[in-house]
Amino acid sequence: MFYREAGDFKTSYRDDGQTFPIALDRWGYYAIVAVAALVVPFVINDYWASAILLPFLIYAIASIGLNILVGYAGQVSLGTGGFMAVGAYSVYKLMTAFPEISIIAHILLAGGMTALVGMAFGLPSLRIKGFYLAVATLAAQFFLVWLFNKVPWFYNNSASGQINAPERTVLGWAVTGPAATPAAKYLVCLAFVVFAAWIARNLTRGMFGRKWMAIRDMDIAAEIIGVNPLTAKLSAFGVSSFFVGIAGALLFAVYLGAAEVTEAFGINKSFLVLFMVIIGGLGSIFGSFAGAAFLVVLPVFLKNLLVGTFGWPTDLAAHFELMIVGALIIFFLIVEPHGLARLWRLVKEKLRLWPFPH
Amino acid sequence: MLDAAENQTTADGRQIGPVVMDLKNITLRFGGVEAIKNISFDIREGEIRAIIGPNGAGKSSMLNVISGFYVPQEGEVWFKGYRRGPMRPYQVARLGIARTFQNIALFDGMSVLDNIMTGRLNKMKAGFLSQALWWGRAEAEEIANRAQVEKIIDFLEIQNIRKTPVGRLPYGLKKRVELARALAAEPQILLLDEPMAGMNVEEKEDMSRFILDVNDEFGTTTVLIEHDMGVVMDLSDRVVVMDYGRKIGDGTPDEVRNNQEVIDAYLGVAHD
Repeated sequence: MFYREAGDFKTSYRDDGQTFPIALDRWGYYAIVAVAALVVPFVINDYWASAILLPFLIYAIASIGLNILVGYAGQVSLGTGGFMAVGAYSVYKLMTAFPEISIIAHILLAGGMTALVGMAFGLPSLRIKGFYLAVATLAAQFFLVWLFNKVPWFYNNSASGQINAPERTVLGWAVTGPAATPAAKYLVCLAFVVFAAWIARNLTRGMFGRKWMAIRDMDIAAEIIGVNPLTAKLSAFGVSSFFVGIAGALLFAVYLGAAEVTEAFGINKSFLVLFMVIIGGLGSIFGSFAGAAFLVVLPVFLKNLLVGTFGWPTDLAAHFELMIVGALIIFFLIVEPHGLARLWRLVKEKLRLWPFPH
Repeated sequence: MLDAAENQTTADGRQIGPVVMDLKNITLRFGGVEAIKNISFDIREGEIRAIIGPNGAGKSSMLNVISGFYVPQEGEVWFKGYRRGPMRPYQVARLGIARTFQNIALFDGMSVLDNIMTGRLNKMKAGFLSQALWWGRAEAEEIANRAQVEKIIDFLEIQNIRKTPVGRLPYGLKKRVELARALAAEPQILLLDEPMAGMNVEEKEDMSRFILDVNDEFGTTTVLIEHDMGVVMDLSDRVVVMDYGRKIGDGTPDEVRNNQEVIDAYLGVAHD
């Protein structure tokens, strides 16, 4: 009733292939982006930025990246934490070595660096699949963390072994370092999220996306109709790692400010992003956002509810929170393996007809 | 002996062109098993060429040799006057050889439209940057190729399901979508591995009509494997008969029908 495409006729293939084919959808998304860019920066405070908005935006980029690899190209990866570390350490080295160049360029270059590393670790995917590939990427995770711990050059020989983001500005506004305002940090992350989602959508609706999905759905048939498995798989690893690297760079430089590789980019990060992709929905850009929002907001929400409203002790609440998140993940895997994106699609189908049953 | 370079007239008066593919003394082994034993035959432009034979005769292996999935241990594959070296399957696809599969091999997670668009991947050359930004060549190519794909969708009468995920379609329609995907590549040679397996009479009639129409309208050279003898004899211009990896007959449907060896292979022969 409220949500329908009736009367919204497409008269060209260009219109039919656009990102949001339904007009209501399209205006809805434009409105969300407009509010996010024009209203939120003026009302944002430190708590909202650091507890919810920044982690949500940064993990959304990482989820988009991992979703391209796992959801679109069907290649399992448990190396996300390691690749985020590559992004973080690349941006750190670039920031300290070339302070006069814009931080935006550094973050993009860090993404490119991560893409190269990701492609190198993607090479085994040409030979092995499934669980075996997962184990190979797990090796990438542990190797990269070990490397950044072991070689002092990566953390500029600092005594603590930590990396600290120096202050850098964009258009005169500090976005990294202690002087950065929540609004400036938020806007930088938002810009990268919009960029990542737009690029990812363009790639997945075109021939690159079709090649990835063909490899995912049936790799032998894909090769026989002309998909080169080498370029298809490596491009998926490259694009995926590019976004994951950007997310790692933003997580370190903009959000954390200081990081130690085992703590910030351990195996837990790999699992966290993988859960976001699975809960959000494999093979869906919207799902990446939904999964990131779910796993970022849920712990905060539960903590406020249990400690703030019910007055539970903090440690009990923290343990209970782990149990609830774990139970929800199992619930989702059993009831809706296609994730929140699928649930959202079902809701849309229902809304099209509401209030009529058929 | 027929001249390879000249046009030929078939039994029912159709003109077929010169040889496009020539298979010479192909032998394919899996370990100690010889799946194909020293087989030679040719495929002429614009004809419908059938490969028939009892189960396990090596027909599908032969098709896999043509499509580059198996590389024969002995023998030569000549395509358009050049000898084809060992190639990966995707390189063979680029030469213009498209196929369908005995067990449907569609991409279940994608829509019908995307499946057929994937068939045109060798026609789309837009670079990475153009696609990432959806600017210039990528968008123009997408629209131009979509128009071509829509022609095929119209031709095979699957307009109403173009946005449906392939996994939801019934069997007969999946076979048709697979044909559409192969046709989208505008192939020089179209390989059909049992296009009518498991279909009812009505679906078989539809599929036969599509195969003939494709051949008529686009002049596509078609090689097909089929078990339904009625269909094979009606559709094809020339037939190769295989049994236990050997070629036991080659010629027009009438010649093959009267070949004693073929009759023995199909009906069995009394050993004395």
